[in-house]
Amino acid sequence: MVMRSLREFDYAEPTSLEEAFSILGRNEGARILAGGTDLILGMREKKIAPQLVVNIKKVPGLDRMRIDENDGLRIGALVTITAIEISEFVRTAFPILADATHSLGSFQIRNRATIGGNLCNASPAADTAPPLIALGAVAKIAGPKGERLVKLEDFFIGPGKTVVSKDEILVEIDVPNQPRESYGAYLKHGPRNAMDIATVNAAAMLNLRGQTCVDAKIVLGSVAPVPLRARKAEAEIRGKAIDDPALRRVAEGACEECAPISDLRGSADYRKAMVKVLVRRLLRNALHSKLVRPGV
Amino acid sequence: MKRMVKFLVNGQQTAVYVDTARTLLDVLREDLLLTGTKRGCDSGECGACTVLLNGQAVHSCLVLGYELDGQDVLTIEGLSKDPKELHPLQKAFIEKGAIQCGFCTPGLIMTAKALLDRNPNPTEEELRYGISGNLCRCTGYSKIMDAILTAGEEIRRNKQ
Repeated sequence: MVMRSLREFDYAEPTSLEEAFSILGRNEGARILAGGTDLILGMREKKIAPQLVVNIKKVPGLDRMRIDENDGLRIGALVTITAIEISEFVRTAFPILADATHSLGSFQIRNRATIGGNLCNASPAADTAPPLIALGAVAKIAGPKGERLVKLEDFFIGPGKTVVSKDEILVEIDVPNQPRESYGAYLKHGPRNAMDIATVNAAAMLNLRGQTCVDAKIVLGSVAPVPLRARKAEAEIRGKAIDDPALRRVAEGACEECAPISDLRGSADYRKAMVKVLVRRLLRNALHSKLVRPGV
Repeated sequence: MKRMVKFLVNGQQTAVYVDTARTLLDVLREDLLLTGTKRGCDSGECGACTVLLNGQAVHSCLVLGYELDGQDVLTIEGLSKDPKELHPLQKAFIEKGAIQCGFCTPGLIMTAKALLDRNPNPTEEELRYGISGNLCRCTGYSKIMDAILTAGEEIRRNKQ
């Protein structure tokens, strides 16, 4: 067994956001510690070697999840994956987010990992990104100049990169209530059902009026440098009935749009083939999964 | 830089000097000599180092020692409150032959404890999913499942 001990680093534990911004702004090589399940692992594997680790768990209020019946759900960045997974409100109002959090890592990882960490780590395979983007979630980013809101679909820049600048912190994710007649599904494809990083993952939210799809959001993970909104695919069904030919077209569209890489979890060709299969399955599942508790 | 952290281990107040590179697993095994918690992969994959932190199952290899101040840690050594009596999970693992080499056992038992605390009457499927982050290289999963389900029954009986 190879012992991979951690290298020494400096440590800060700010107790307010202002203190955290100032520490982050002054230290070029600083990294934020939330749940630690990605950060500590990355440090052990020497993929990252931060000079300074800034534990933000002493900043009050970031670990709260607030339900606003009219507005939706506000998830503090330090809310654990478990807290979202077992929330009765999430299960009924945003089942695709409940499914995605349930599929993330292991029991132990979910107890420690946070929603903010999963997003800021910016893995193209992040489990929570596709459902949150499909639900139209917004990231609230705070910094020395105040707060700004960024649509989650514009949050990711590349693998490991987000729009959060070095002296800013992702503080909250706001998930809006969905319209009536909303349907959704999440799928994760990989060699194991549990405890694995997705080879391809995908989320869809549909809004139907009768047989007609009035709005569609389809988001794919692990098939591009960032979680990908499959707009071509969406255009194939928006304003139309979702029948078998439409499902074929939407799957083709998604397959054309994605730009996967080959790695140990699958070749680019395999991933493309899986996108075609999964998108069709995703939409079929979605059509059978009406949201039981949409907002107004 | 060394710093003193004070926290509860198995109900006992403990103070340890740690530096930033030490994990909870290092502290338990090397400073407190609580070697029941095993070091497997040291990267959050195998579950052998699972302990309860404030009642939640976590990988002790992914928790920094620096973060421990004021926390409550339960390890396999403290699972049974009575030193002369095994916990129902420990008994069931022995009775059902759910231990072969034994390396995964402390982590599995602590995971099972947290799972049963959250859901005292899990289905087999829920349990299988719950322990999917604990690897057993002897592949004794059937007996492990059997042991956890049996212990669950006993714990429910004891509570009645």
